[in-house]
Amino acid sequence: MRRYVLRRVAIMPLLLLGIVTMVFAVTRLTPANPLVTIVGERNLGNRVVVDAAKRRWGLDRSVPVQYERYVANLTRGDLGTSFRTRQSVGRDLSDRLPATLELTLAALVFGLVSGVGLGIVAARRRDGWIDHLSRLFALVGSSMPAFWAGLLLLYVFYSRLGWLPGPGRLDPRAVTPLRRTGFYTVDSLLAGDWNTFWASVRHLAMPAFVLGWGITGIVSRLTRASLLDELGADYVRTARAMGISERRVVAGHALPNALLPTITIAGFSFAFLITGAVLVETVFSWNGVGSYAVDAARSLDYPAIMGVSLLGGIAFLLTNLLTDLTYALIDPRIRLS
Amino acid sequence: MPEPVLVVDDLHVSFRGPDGPVPVVRGVSFEVHEGGSLAVVGESGSGKTVSMLAVLGLLPGATVRGSARYRGTELLGASQARLRAVRGAHLGMIFQDPMTSLNPVLTVGRQIAGVLRAHDRRLRSAAARARAVELLDLVSIPQPDRRARAYPHELSGGMRQRVMIAMAVANRPDVLIADEPTTALDVTVQAQILDVVTRLRREQGIGLVLITHDLGVVAGNADRVAIMYAGRVVEDGPMTATFASPGHPYTRGLLASLPRLDRRRDPVPIGGAPPSPSSWPTGCPFHPRCPLAVDACREAEPDLVALGDARVACSVVAAPSHR
Repeated sequence: MRRYVLRRVAIMPLLLLGIVTMVFAVTRLTPANPLVTIVGERNLGNRVVVDAAKRRWGLDRSVPVQYERYVANLTRGDLGTSFRTRQSVGRDLSDRLPATLELTLAALVFGLVSGVGLGIVAARRRDGWIDHLSRLFALVGSSMPAFWAGLLLLYVFYSRLGWLPGPGRLDPRAVTPLRRTGFYTVDSLLAGDWNTFWASVRHLAMPAFVLGWGITGIVSRLTRASLLDELGADYVRTARAMGISERRVVAGHALPNALLPTITIAGFSFAFLITGAVLVETVFSWNGVGSYAVDAARSLDYPAIMGVSLLGGIAFLLTNLLTDLTYALIDPRIRLS
Repeated sequence: MPEPVLVVDDLHVSFRGPDGPVPVVRGVSFEVHEGGSLAVVGESGSGKTVSMLAVLGLLPGATVRGSARYRGTELLGASQARLRAVRGAHLGMIFQDPMTSLNPVLTVGRQIAGVLRAHDRRLRSAAARARAVELLDLVSIPQPDRRARAYPHELSGGMRQRVMIAMAVANRPDVLIADEPTTALDVTVQAQILDVVTRLRREQGIGLVLITHDLGVVAGNADRVAIMYAGRVVEDGPMTATFASPGHPYTRGLLASLPRLDRRRDPVPIGGAPPSPSSWPTGCPFHPRCPLAVDACREAEPDLVALGDARVACSVVAAPSHR
């Protein structure tokens, strides 16, 4: 098992180099001019300014040389400087990553917990009203685009009813908690500031719900189907014949087996979260990596685009590894092979 | 003779089919005495397994009629909580396929401990685990403390079946229902498993219901035998007498189809195929395959009548002229 993990980690740099190369190629092939961002539209006609900018950002070199330099800098941990923020991309990302992590983790936890819970109830009360309701909830959640659901919820719960706060991680005038982890919820707790904690949880609720809803949908339907399958399995009949209580038969015997496919989907749904986060962060003015990615793409900010892609790649590879490890943790048959 | 611990009387089981109910078990009766053993023999689809599952209340969706009493307590129609307290504690059951009948994600020690704790809430988990190891030792599993930490896929088929037996006898039941316990195993392993069952029966005084389609398994492992055909018992009686002088033509056919070393004669198969529950033949269900059938067999289904020590449901052999 340890060798397997080491091997997986060892090939990661290679995979990341692949991602870098592909994103590099795609951005350079895009028929648009990043100089618009760098010097501004008015200066595009000014040769002196343009030439200076090109020299300053290395755009006067050939693409292979640019690529070689980028990779060389990358091995030193230097992600370059954003055309737009004029800050190092590494710094930009580490500033914004906690916001995204806080949002996606909250969404993932919400999606998995509510999905598995709904799936169990739906399987136990098959064709009952909870089953039908959860089917509808799943259908809406996985078919409604996140930005649309976000706007709708903002309209209803913020603008109309006023039950939840509007966009942003905290109210615009609120003092952000002292940064330790970058998670406002955790940092405010560490500072013992209950008001800020509660405010950050309330701000987190809607975007996390919107982002996690799709996962709830997929996970609940999948858990229901595989739990029903497992409840018909021979070992469940054995457990019942041995007088094991129905609650334990479901939770202790059938559910661990039923969760195996769910874990796979949970891993995949992380990709869903990454793309979903871009939209949800934009709708909810969430100052995270997603909205950074949108701004970077809009202005063809080469280093920022590269940085975001690289971060996404790392996140994806780590999630896949984590999925496989969780799988092995639950299913002993995988542990050996 | 000691009191019967399990009495099944006129058991009927039917499933919902596309064209109305399908009767799978039609009036089965048998009893198991304390420490006694009964072999239930029949072809696939004759209703052996379904009868046992119905007694234990493990057939959701089936319609069950009749009576099944454990030490005087009616099991049919009892609440799930009550049935749960009986299952695994007083009536143990083991199943045919040890590959799929154990939970793949739990160690066998944990599964045995789970059965113990299901019927004794005060049992600490450490004590349950220690007892699980003892039980593995009881069913002759070598290195029981190491095996207790193994998962089912790490054990051979014979080992898994031993684990199943350990689970079923963990709470010292009065009756062990063994549903084709050796069918999925190699012949050499079959004998070992039957030895374990027989030894436990002797040592702990457990009554045994041995369900099988293999008459070879019955010999030496049961003192009574019930032959099932088309959802009914067609013959029951003491094992030795039934084997020596089978009454029902079906039983004779079963015995004649066995290869034997002590006779110079090839096995004779029973012609035709067993009928299906959705279309039982009218009259005696065996008449289309029966060498003795007369016109009357097509009309009325015979009841079990005494014939020597045994009871036989056949109007031809039971007729006074035939004796």
